[in-house]
Amino acid sequence: MTGRDLDPTLLRLLGSGEPEIGCDECFEQLDRYVELELAGAPADALVSGLRAHLVGCPACAEEHESLRALLELDSSS
Amino acid sequence: MPAPDTNPDVSALAAAPGLEEWHLDLHAEGARREEAVARLQGLLLRAARFEVFRRAGSLPQLSAVELDELAQDAADDATLSVLRRLDDFRGESSFRTWAYKFALLEAAVKVRRRAWRDREVALEPEQWEKLAHAGPGPDDDAENAALLDAVREGIRTALTPRQRQVLVATVLEGVPIDVLAERLGSNRNALYKLLHDARRRLRSHVAAAGFPEANE
Repeated sequence: MTGRDLDPTLLRLLGSGEPEIGCDECFEQLDRYVELELAGAPADALVSGLRAHLVGCPACAEEHESLRALLELDSSS
Repeated sequence: MPAPDTNPDVSALAAAPGLEEWHLDLHAEGARREEAVARLQGLLLRAARFEVFRRAGSLPQLSAVELDELAQDAADDATLSVLRRLDDFRGESSFRTWAYKFALLEAAVKVRRRAWRDREVALEPEQWEKLAHAGPGPDDDAENAALLDAVREGIRTALTPRQRQVLVATVLEGVPIDVLAERLGSNRNALYKLLHDARRRLRSHVAAAGFPEANE
């Protein structure tokens, strides 16, 4: 059995185990991270631990999605 | 429901990053600062409306007017946060992006708290028994059942009461971390650290119980 085979609830209980930053640090880095993403830059390599945090924290993940969507809306208008 | 964009001037500003020098006037005084603050408020209201109406599905009881009031409150709080933290802006992103995140955070937290305002948050440790229903179904093999037993045992024995409470509420009950923080008199960052430590302990327990891949 591998992690990929786990029930989603078990995955959320156990977490990914990857190094990650906390919510405060995620907020501090989020603007830079999203701009890097939208520019096609290697955001995960340049802002380490943020992607793993988004996987483990639904609230920060929602705010990441929203910031990205809002910037995409701006750029399309 | 799409967010009504009642700030056409701000939309034009948002679409023109080259015009962002205005934010330097937030450090000025008098009329220049007042004009810059007004621009900031407009920008943050636009972002707050975007977030509130994006999440409006979780607030079916609120009218469009009430949703807009929620966005206005979020924008006001975000404006104060941005003005308080102006010196923290290092230019690692555009000012617009940096400011947006404050409005999105305030709006998201207000939406989550409003959605849960009249809902009970079950904090009883026994709630983790629900894992039996959320886990593998009848077709799963004995290994999955053994893993589930190890996780359940780990929740019971390897975690502190507070870790168990936070893990169960956020993962099994689906309580947003901001809502839980408010109920427990804590904050998101502190609760997430508890959650992170709980997961690490649980992985170690499960690995020791014969599932080393849980800790890889």
